[in-house]
Amino acid sequence: MKGNFGYFFREGSRNMFSHGFMSFAAIGITVACLLIMGTFSLVAYNADYNLKNLQKENAILAFIDETLSDEDAQALQSKVEAVPNVADATFVSRQEARDSYVAQYDEDDLYQDLDPSIFRHRFVIHLRDEGQLSETVEALRQVDGIAKVRADEAISAGFITARNVAGVISVTLIVILLIVSVFIISNTIKLTTFDRRDEIAIMKMVGATNGFIRWPFVFEGLLIGVFGAVIGFGLQWLLYNAIANGIAGSDTLQLLRVVSFAKIWWPVAGVFLLAGVLVGVGGSLMAIRKFLQV
Amino acid sequence: MIRLIDVKKVYDNGTEALKGISFTIEDGDFVFLVGPSGSGKSTIIKLLTGEIVPTAGRVMVNGFSMGRISDKQIPYMRRTIGVIFQDFRLITNKTVWENLSLAMRAVGAGPREIKNRIPYVLELVGLKGKEGSFPDQLSGGEQQRVAIARALVNNPSTIVADEPTGNLDPARSLEIMTLLERINALGTTVVVVTHEKGLVNHFDKRVITINDGMVAGDGMGQYEVVK
Repeated sequence: MKGNFGYFFREGSRNMFSHGFMSFAAIGITVACLLIMGTFSLVAYNADYNLKNLQKENAILAFIDETLSDEDAQALQSKVEAVPNVADATFVSRQEARDSYVAQYDEDDLYQDLDPSIFRHRFVIHLRDEGQLSETVEALRQVDGIAKVRADEAISAGFITARNVAGVISVTLIVILLIVSVFIISNTIKLTTFDRRDEIAIMKMVGATNGFIRWPFVFEGLLIGVFGAVIGFGLQWLLYNAIANGIAGSDTLQLLRVVSFAKIWWPVAGVFLLAGVLVGVGGSLMAIRKFLQV
Repeated sequence: MIRLIDVKKVYDNGTEALKGISFTIEDGDFVFLVGPSGSGKSTIIKLLTGEIVPTAGRVMVNGFSMGRISDKQIPYMRRTIGVIFQDFRLITNKTVWENLSLAMRAVGAGPREIKNRIPYVLELVGLKGKEGSFPDQLSGGEQQRVAIARALVNNPSTIVADEPTGNLDPARSLEIMTLLERINALGTTVVVVTHEKGLVNHFDKRVITINDGMVAGDGMGQYEVVK
């Protein structure tokens, strides 16, 4: 293999260029598949990213019954933390809540004399899994001493739906499109093997091993896959940035945060390359299998 | 050495091609395998090259038992045999040098070995200076010489030629057969399948006659026409 690497590579490249149109079609379909797969995966990734941010920022507020003393209110901490799915709970006293509220309107004298007694003691709670928000809120409501629980369920549910839908679509599309890519590449390489069936028969007759015959076709598939991955990655980058800029410039979508492509290009490139190589090599192995039974 | 012991071959469609053939070809022999069309000559060639396996009996080729050979061993068995075909079977978009170097690469030869071996073989077959020619630029006789060079280039112990002169005029046919005789004189076993009576009779060699899937004659000298 080592000594023949140059030969395999030359033959693989020659095969690819000798069927220019089919190779172009195979690369094109690989690019399209990777692009669709990448786009849905990145949507799922961003939905997850936003969900985690929401989890960090959008804490649940559990208001404590006004009849409880300060000590009894603070003593609820262990009960709240014992509720399943609660990651952490921070006690905020009336005074702290009042100060925090007033701080938002520090230029407005109207709020400066606000009485802390109109606020309730509360716990600021973060969850482990935002997906179980409703169940956790319900469990918190059952804790003795908790008067009211406030959570922004609608926003959270929206992100969860987006993440799950994008996840399901991306997994389904990945499977379908990878099969389509393998099939198209396999057919392209079948053309090459059909063109070279006499050469393959001669090589078998002089004592070539299946491995020696297979490698140039594997390289052809590999090159198609790698070309598809590189072009697909470039287009994905452009598309992603265009969408990110569109979201950033939109008033209605200000809530969304899009991860900068510069922060995720490396794993995206790795996945594209890996998918391209797998599809290319898989397709070529499928194509050559029949021709080796000479 | 090639040895067939009571070999029978029945194809999937029921055709009984060989009906119990036995013969031995010793190392260094020159043998003509003759017989009418459909007598079973091609089946014998296919058995010798591992394209098919016998239905019954034993086929031994250069130490390999063809009935028991594994798929992985077949390439290594084939390296002991150089096969020459009537239609040359050269790769037309490759030069003479590339045709030969591909055959050498296919068995794992390195660049230095290829560089040393090809000029020697081309000189042996009388094609020195034709390295850069494409098959289409050569005459039929020259193309068959390239095919012989390709069969020889990996230094096999046996050459099997299937109707090597079928596409050539009598003068070129004689040249090719003389070349095979020279190769045989260098120690290579040569098995020539042919039905050209004149050519067989020109050389005083062993002739195995096949008819209706059986050995009809085996002896030195003349091509006996089977009736």
